[in-house]
Amino acid sequence: MRDAEVRRLWAANLLCAASVVLTAVVPAFFLDGFTVLGTHLTWLCVCSVCVGTLNVILCLVLKPSLSPKRSSLGNKISRFLKCCIYFFMSCILFHAIIVLYGAPLIESVTETFLFAVLLSTFTTLQCLCMLGPNIQAWIRVFSKNGATSIWENSLQITTICSILGAWFGAFPIPLDWDRPWQVWPISCSLGATFGYMAGLIIAPLWIHWNRKQLTYKSR
Amino acid sequence: MQRWPVLLFLAWVCFLFFAGIGLFMSGFLLTRIELANSSSCSDPLVPPPWDEQSLPPGSCWVPRRFPKAVLVIIDALRFEFARFNPAKVSPLPYENKLSFLHHLASSQPRHARLYRFRADPPTATMQRIKGLTTGSLPTFIDVGSNFATYAIQEDNLLAQLVQNGRRVVFMGDDTWEGLFPKKFFRSYFFPSFNVKDLHTVDNGILQHLYPTVDSGEWDLLIAHFLGVDHCGHKHGPDHPEMAKKLTQMNEMLRSLVEHLGNDTLLLVAGDHGMTETGDHGGDSEKEVNAALFVYSKTPLFGTDPPEEPEAVPQVNLVPTVALLLGVPIPYSNIGEVMAELFSGDGDAASAALQQLSVYHVNAKQVDRFLRSYSLVAQDLPAEQLQRLQELFSSAVEEHTQLLAQVQGATLTPPEMESRLRSLVSRFQLYLREARAVCTQSWARFHPLRMVGGCALIAAACLLCYVASELASVSDSFYRSCLLYPLLWGLVVAVLLGLACTFTQEGLDLLLLSSCAAAASQLGFFWHWWGRHPKRARLVGSQPPLASVGPRQRLRAWLVLAFPMGILLFRCGAMFSDSFVVAEARVAPFLLASLVTLLVGKLHWDGRLTVPEGPKQQLLGFSSYRKESWYLLCLVAMLLVCVRLSGFFHQCREEIPQCRPSVFLAPLASLRNTRAKNLFYLLCVALLAGMVYAVRSWLRHYGNLNSSDPLVLFVRWGFPLVVLCIACYWAVASSAEDSLGKLQELVQVAVVAFPWAVYGLTSVGLLLLLCHPMTVFAKDTRESAGSIVTPYQGVPSSEVDFLHVIPQIYRRMQESQKNRLERGSCRATVAAYGLGSVYSAALVIALTLLGFLLMLLHSERLSLAFLLLFLEAFVLLHIHTRARSLAGDTESFSVPWFAVISWLLAASQFFYSTGHQPIFPAIHWNAAFVGFHLDHSTNLLPAVLVGANTFASHILFTVGCPLLLLWPFVCEMPSSQKKKPKKEPQEELQEVEEHMMEMRLRESPEKFSAALLQLGLKYLFVLGAQLLACVCAAMILRRHLMVWKVFAPKFLFESLGFVVSSICLLLGISLVMRVDCAVSTWFSQLQLR
Ligand SMILES: [Zn+2]
Ligand SMILES: [Zn+2]
Repeated sequence: MRDAEVRRLWAANLLCAASVVLTAVVPAFFLDGFTVLGTHLTWLCVCSVCVGTLNVILCLVLKPSLSPKRSSLGNKISRFLKCCIYFFMSCILFHAIIVLYGAPLIESVTETFLFAVLLSTFTTLQCLCMLGPNIQAWIRVFSKNGATSIWENSLQITTICSILGAWFGAFPIPLDWDRPWQVWPISCSLGATFGYMAGLIIAPLWIHWNRKQLTYKSR
Repeated sequence: MQRWPVLLFLAWVCFLFFAGIGLFMSGFLLTRIELANSSSCSDPLVPPPWDEQSLPPGSCWVPRRFPKAVLVIIDALRFEFARFNPAKVSPLPYENKLSFLHHLASSQPRHARLYRFRADPPTATMQRIKGLTTGSLPTFIDVGSNFATYAIQEDNLLAQLVQNGRRVVFMGDDTWEGLFPKKFFRSYFFPSFNVKDLHTVDNGILQHLYPTVDSGEWDLLIAHFLGVDHCGHKHGPDHPEMAKKLTQMNEMLRSLVEHLGNDTLLLVAGDHGMTETGDHGGDSEKEVNAALFVYSKTPLFGTDPPEEPEAVPQVNLVPTVALLLGVPIPYSNIGEVMAELFSGDGDAASAALQQLSVYHVNAKQVDRFLRSYSLVAQDLPAEQLQRLQELFSSAVEEHTQLLAQVQGATLTPPEMESRLRSLVSRFQLYLREARAVCTQSWARFHPLRMVGGCALIAAACLLCYVASELASVSDSFYRSCLLYPLLWGLVVAVLLGLACTFTQEGLDLLLLSSCAAAASQLGFFWHWWGRHPKRARLVGSQPPLASVGPRQRLRAWLVLAFPMGILLFRCGAMFSDSFVVAEARVAPFLLASLVTLLVGKLHWDGRLTVPEGPKQQLLGFSSYRKESWYLLCLVAMLLVCVRLSGFFHQCREEIPQCRPSVFLAPLASLRNTRAKNLFYLLCVALLAGMVYAVRSWLRHYGNLNSSDPLVLFVRWGFPLVVLCIACYWAVASSAEDSLGKLQELVQVAVVAFPWAVYGLTSVGLLLLLCHPMTVFAKDTRESAGSIVTPYQGVPSSEVDFLHVIPQIYRRMQESQKNRLERGSCRATVAAYGLGSVYSAALVIALTLLGFLLMLLHSERLSLAFLLLFLEAFVLLHIHTRARSLAGDTESFSVPWFAVISWLLAASQFFYSTGHQPIFPAIHWNAAFVGFHLDHSTNLLPAVLVGANTFASHILFTVGCPLLLLWPFVCEMPSSQKKKPKKEPQEELQEVEEHMMEMRLRESPEKFSAALLQLGLKYLFVLGAQLLACVCAAMILRRHLMVWKVFAPKFLFESLGFVVSSICLLLGISLVMRVDCAVSTWFSQLQLR
């Protein structure tokens, strides 16, 4: 059971990572002059949409969170709407936090917002998929000894890695190298993406490494 | 409480840092004083052969040889670049490219010559341009009349030419624009800032060079090419790009020579060389070794060139060009004329005579300069000056004798020739020695001193850390860690002093104090090491302490790792010029990150959530406590403050697209009257709001009840200060012409109101020092004797007394809570505001200082000051909340997180009050707040400008003891919860919980230890930043940006350190003063 679960986690995470790589390559065949750096905003949209869709699909297929009770259609719709609202709010929240951290307030609002959407995709959307629109569960997962399954462990690691990546991505901006990727928000979004991909790889490895210590409380 | 040892310890640590800074500075920062004098045509330096009448028209001092000259400066033209060696089989990219120079020199040996051009360090372009035009040795700080501009204030070649009616045309590097504003007859400047751009400057010059030369409307034409230098910075010398660039220069010279007339002198010079990586700035052979090429279409030299090109110091160019063009030598020149250019085509004797006369002029000018320099500065050694004087007067004497003999024709030609030659060599000797003396004191880094200074600072940092970890402060701690090291230092100082007096050597105070500092540091570490094994044994004897496993130790390290990591980032950022330039945004970013990290960590540890009950465990849900939401709100507020403070930024020239904040301009410069009035009202409202906030804070804690002079001052003096500031702002910002007749009144008011503020604030601070207590005691019984029931009569010893204090205190607290009626049998003395007596004093001091500093800034920056106070307040609350959530309310030690975030906020507000660590960004206006454009001394304006520049350092550092006090002050709200418990227990609870700052008094030993620890931690963090700056300046002294970025940053950082450490001592001594007053208050109460 445990091994099968880990294998499924591997498959899902590799799929996610591959999809990120594909979003950088594939659109070039359809769109003229598409590059990650040159047409960064397009890439941001494509990447957010692809990763988001894939996450939703994976969540529906694999069902990592077994909801305890069957719910009615109305219940499901309200849950879905709630998820949408949460996602949108997290985008706004991320935007605000990024601005508070020093991003320009008025210029390049689009860039900042799309970056916030990307970050939300990497973090909030996953939480929504796995835990549903339930803040209390989120709070529980992101605390020490709070994870109850390897999926939640993976969620912890990818989320933290994405945010750390975005944070480190801010460091090259002041340097006077005059590289195209130093333009706001390219380095940060690239940092977040690399952090996310690293998290996807690290999470199963870490679980494999600590499989002895990982004992989840059955709930 | 031990007051003196704490202060002494901190002062000693500060002294260690100061010694390190001083030692480093003496090795790194070369200083020199700029003289305002300038030479003129009528100076009595003209040598006998030519009196004024016989000089040809258009000449000064000596007859000119050329009416026109072209000076081509190829930046970073190393000697190897200009040299041509036909024997070389496979030349490197930079070799054998300037073939045209070789062609000229070999085909016309009497017309052209190549020299080694020895640049003086620092080999940065700006310093070299100064050297090439003033003939002096510019240092980093040329102490002149005006810091605010980069413009050259000293007498220089260009000023002399302009003064004598010559036309100077310039094209190229726009550094010259800042150095010589409005000096050029015509100029074509091109941006020099972008090092990556190899061609803009050169192509721009080439576009204008030949038409300008052909037009003939110039007397001196300067063309400064930057391509070679930029190519070096971008690719290094050993690169095909460099070959291209040098070939381009070769072609340029070829066509330039075609355009020149017969009466024109051509000089091609490099301002400095470059290292193998293409950098410059230091004093290595490759940086110092530039090339100079001289050419004219009329014969220049009397003899053929020597085999190996001669080496010429760079300063020699100035007197040579000046005399060749027939203008006076600039006043501060210390160069020596290149005499072979003055020989002409006559016979050997007349050539020698001519050379002698230029030497004579040159020597007289240098002697005049040395005399006037030694009058204003003492940095040239007196005995050497004496010797130079003797050399000079004997040479001059012989010169007059010789001239008389020549006129009388009493000498045979061979005899005369030999005497002429010997005299020339004596003048040469004089000039060279003079230059050597100047070089020795102005243009040499002292690597040993730099390393020594770094080591001292690093050791002092380590000492701070180690001492702050030694939490158990006992008597033996002070003896072994303070007294003995001090003795060590003193002994070494005395020994060295004695040695100096015995060997009759000059006593260098700086070296002496740094030796003493090093010795006392050694002493500290020695005694600390001696204690160490004992400690280990002690720990070994105690099983619970010994069982601290590696896991727990790891966790302790991890707790440290987050704030220390942020500090490490901050220090690392000092090593990159881009990050120093962008520090105004880096510091807030790091502060925000640190606070977020703190919250994240608390969350991760589950401190923010409600402790898990069985129900939550079942559902797997957690929710936040109420206090956690409060903390999150505080963090959000802090982030908003941090972001808003970014709107008050000043710009540096390194970021051309930056526009300085509109708030920096004074209101008087605002055209729109309505906006002006609105802003004015806003600022005044803000001041009033601040006074209101401070007063209500004080009232809330009961510190505004008594009728002490200080409290009265807070009640009535604060509004008065605000009124004065408001009036001053109104007068200062009103349009000058609109007042008309009131002009005189305004003149008086502009001076009077600031003085009123100065006076009032000093009265307030004095009151604070004399009566720092803001406690109101209400006696409800005639005799206080019965308060202290457990002890009858007066306590006999200090120990008893210490136990008495809380006893009284508890009763007071109860009375304060209006329980008088309930427990009237017990409550006898009600003391209002005793629980926040320390903080109240600090808050009053900070408010007064804030008023003073706001007065020195432009009006609208008071918004930034409001943000500063708000942010500090929020930070204190976050710190308190985080501590109470983390569950260590009892601890007396301030966590690293709080200290580092406090200091990050301090450096953030350095930038957010409109400052930048560069000289042109200093707010000089601050020197004239309350003064009418003149000062009798330099001290007062320096203090005012310094206070303005380091305003945020001052406020944050004086307020730093609040970090210790605030958690105790904030105890109140948490204890107001009602707890359904039994009566006696409830009473006990209350008694325990309302102690506030009196908890500190309860254990005076711990209080003083906590103050010491806080001071040491603060100094450690400050010192770590300083160390990073110092190391950056030392390691990167060859960096392109060292004089523009790193050196000013180091200077500002070290001055900031000095200001901060003094303020730290003041803040801590204020707390101790309050403590003294509290003690006397209690003893008076006792005796009543
Ligand atoms: Zn240069
Ligand atoms: Zn350069």
